[in-house]
Amino acid sequence: MTQEELLPLILKKDDKAFTLMYDMYSKNLYGVIYNLINDREEAEDVLQEVFVKIWKNIEQYNESKGRFFTWIINIARNTTIDKLRSKGFNNSRKNLSSDNFVHLLDDSNKLSHMIDSIGIQEFVKKLKPKCIQIINLLFFKGYTQQEASDELEIPLGTVKTQNRNCINDLRNFLRV
Amino acid sequence: MMEVNTYIESGILELYVFGTLSESERLEVSQMAEKYPEIQEEIISIEKAVISLSYSMAPYLSAANYDRIKDNLIEKHGKVVEMKPKPNTFSYIGWAAAVLLMAGFSWQYTQLDSAKNQIASVTTENDTLVKELNTVKLYQTQTESLLAVVRDQNNTVVSLGGQAVSPESKAKVYWNQNTQTVYVDAAGLPEPPEGFVYQVWALKLDPLTPTSIGLLDNFKTNDSRLFAVSNASGAEAFGITLEPAGGSVSPTLEQLYTLGKV
Repeated sequence: MTQEELLPLILKKDDKAFTLMYDMYSKNLYGVIYNLINDREEAEDVLQEVFVKIWKNIEQYNESKGRFFTWIINIARNTTIDKLRSKGFNNSRKNLSSDNFVHLLDDSNKLSHMIDSIGIQEFVKKLKPKCIQIINLLFFKGYTQQEASDELEIPLGTVKTQNRNCINDLRNFLRV
Repeated sequence: MMEVNTYIESGILELYVFGTLSESERLEVSQMAEKYPEIQEEIISIEKAVISLSYSMAPYLSAANYDRIKDNLIEKHGKVVEMKPKPNTFSYIGWAAAVLLMAGFSWQYTQLDSAKNQIASVTTENDTLVKELNTVKLYQTQTESLLAVVRDQNNTVVSLGGQAVSPESKAKVYWNQNTQTVYVDAAGLPEPPEGFVYQVWALKLDPLTPTSIGLLDNFKTNDSRLFAVSNASGAEAFGITLEPAGGSVSPTLEQLYTLGKV
């Protein structure tokens, strides 16, 4: 099932659509949430909150808002960041200490919890360290170009193209 | 057409998929995507990469979460509808009609009830099938990951042959020269007895210097029997010995199961 096939079902809001949506995206959202919050139980709570939000606000989604996947990823990021703030972890997204994606390779214990860890280890290792940082900031943490440029100390004008090169490396490996 | 390529190469589509553009930029990309199919295709490819990436970052997620969320949604959206009795005038005909109607209702109700039961059992069946399908999908992903490791062009493959203590044993070492990672395929080794573990050694031959590069822990539960061990720079041969649980500082040569030269 593709996103295009799923969408009309979701907008009708029947039970089957919810199950399909959960099956298609729960692990993706959980991956993004876990990367920010770094605690499995907290991440599960946030995941629950995110799905309830998606389902309640589904009428607000339409294709002019971009891809459905993008829309739900944004809900997941924002909900997680709100949760971290409310718990007083940090005041700013920039201070989030957990960077699983970046530290994935330092910590083999963490990897052993991941189901297909061997494949991930392989493909993340193939990315350049610079790419891991830039993807972590722009995708996982949802930084703007300006914020990423400040953080990584690279010219604002090159953020987009550097990120594209990194995503291209990933696409070559995944053959998509 | 050049213009479309430049637009794609600018990297703006990636940020569109990530969801970090401003509203005006986002609308611009949406319009471009509607106008040029190449741009729409590119967006979908980028999305696929990001879907794989975020999926791969998720730890194990138990099925109980789905039930929790589903319950939560039903609780919030379920409604109770109340019926109010209306005053009425009755005649005999009215009563008779009412009795007939009641009979009709109760028959309908029975029908409805059995239909509901049927739906419930089909839904349960469906849920079970969806779960089974997910397990199969997961298994496929794992298999693909393992294949990717084994097939890598940069691998040096070393076959380890059985030794005196276990002539039937064999194993393979995949040594990736690019990433310096080492994987051991131990499908040809018997299950270690309780309290023992296989230990992998990288050997230099002259003089013979063994260096431990890892234990094949959880042998019984690792269905693929493919293990990642530490890197082995400069190894000239690999050997696998059976050691007491926890491993040993130096190999117990009497318990050398397999050995092979690079």
